[in-house]
Amino acid sequence: MLIKIAKPSDLHESDVTPESIYLSRRRFMGGMAGLGAGLALSGHAQANADYSDVPDGNAPAWLKEKISKTQWEAVTPSNPEKDKIAPFEDASGYNNFYEFGSGKTDPARHAGSLETQPWSVVVDGEVNNGGRFALEDFAKPAQFEERIYRLRCVEAWSMVIPWLGIPLAEVIKRADPTSKAKYVRFETLVDPEQMPGQRSSFALIDWPYVEGLRLDEAMNPLTLLAMGMYGRELPNQNGAPLRLVVPWKYGFKSIKSIVRISLVEEQPVNSWQQIAPDEYGFYANVNPEVDHPRWSQATERRLPNSLFSPNTIDTLMFNGYADEVADMYAGLDLRANY
Amino acid sequence: MATQRTWLLWRVSVFLAALAPLVFWGWQVANNAAGPEPGRYLLLNIGIGALWLLLFTLSLTPLTKLTRWKGFALIRRQLGLWTLAYATLHMLSYALFILGLNWALLGSELVKRPYIVVGMIALIGLAALGATSNRWAMKRLGKRWKPLHKFSYAILGLVLLHFFWVVRADMQEWAMYAAIAALIMATRLPPVARALPKLRYRFSRA
Repeated sequence: MLIKIAKPSDLHESDVTPESIYLSRRRFMGGMAGLGAGLALSGHAQANADYSDVPDGNAPAWLKEKISKTQWEAVTPSNPEKDKIAPFEDASGYNNFYEFGSGKTDPARHAGSLETQPWSVVVDGEVNNGGRFALEDFAKPAQFEERIYRLRCVEAWSMVIPWLGIPLAEVIKRADPTSKAKYVRFETLVDPEQMPGQRSSFALIDWPYVEGLRLDEAMNPLTLLAMGMYGRELPNQNGAPLRLVVPWKYGFKSIKSIVRISLVEEQPVNSWQQIAPDEYGFYANVNPEVDHPRWSQATERRLPNSLFSPNTIDTLMFNGYADEVADMYAGLDLRANY
Repeated sequence: MATQRTWLLWRVSVFLAALAPLVFWGWQVANNAAGPEPGRYLLLNIGIGALWLLLFTLSLTPLTKLTRWKGFALIRRQLGLWTLAYATLHMLSYALFILGLNWALLGSELVKRPYIVVGMIALIGLAALGATSNRWAMKRLGKRWKPLHKFSYAILGLVLLHFFWVVRADMQEWAMYAAIAALIMATRLPPVARALPKLRYRFSRA
């Protein structure tokens, strides 16, 4: 038997910088960069090189330009050994996007034809500064950040994915919500001609796909509006050209191909809650202690896995982002508000 | 007139055809062409394969009535046993690749998840039919053999229920299998069962 004696110089788990501090440091650095300290960015040019085997997409010039000015690795996992980035072919070949079919490989097969240029987003509801925006103008004021997040699907599998996008908070601030705004409601495109899943007469989803967040959740610094991943634009099957990423909630909250963002007073009814309210709630926070009625949520299969090592790991409260988000739910019964 | 040798060839072909999907899926996994979750790939494909085999098996009797071709009856036991083999592999895939042989988890899943219980009951039913499919058991059971093996209808119902419970967002695929199952079962309704041979005469005269 091998007995491992720690050397005084070995790193302990307690030595790892908590992600919140790490994040705030990154934010500080981001701020410095904003002040014109190009230094903070100089080391990141080669971060892109990690994606050399990722196929080039078909991004419009403005998006390529935005991506080239990304603040790379703005958020990274605290334990990169455990949270290894999934291969691009897995992240783009194994998706749930019911607008393009119910199988995991259907979206990659059918989403190619989706026309994402031009694209516009409507911002409306309880805002002083709403309207319909071309995606380009919508994205213009903010710098892209690369954020490497764990994505935990409600089906008990997970992947680690490097997103590119802008904080949702900036978009909401720009929209200038009125005092009545309590929630944010999101809507996916409805276009049965381009989306075969919406043509199915057996679909249980009442299109459009709808998701929602409480305003404080939407304003949380972790909440991202993504327009790219793996150093390029989003593939269509991953929700091009604009999707939400809420890393402490089950994947279905991270709505794809968004055409409308509304600030509203009442809590929206999200699509899955509409289909099966006893299985899916509004909050859908990742929670190992509250099982889905049909399967356990205590563990997850980290993908890619292989036949004889399912790579099953313990699911963490709020998907490991408790430090950043738990405060928002103080006093809320998470068992009742699943 | 077909000879013994032709019938043997027919049965061997059916055997190889039933084996082929397993070889194909195994090949895909071995070549990393089965996606990021090969265990789930096998689990789902083998499960759907088991349903196909059950539907094939149950369509042999009406097909025999319709065509009077001896070949269908000759492969009934074989396809029934293939159904059992696929169903067993489906369960093993679940235990090995999804649960990772965590038996404690299997225990709690069995109790909590109705679709797994239903699937297990169906598998036990198939095993009972498989065990009584040999000549010795047929002789021992005599007249009771046939009613016993009509449990396969109930098993088909359980399998569809098991499938129904795992559907999340689109019923289309499930509805297709349910429709085929309903059609096959409809051929067993007495008036339809009586009409099938008459249909054959009409075909042969035309």
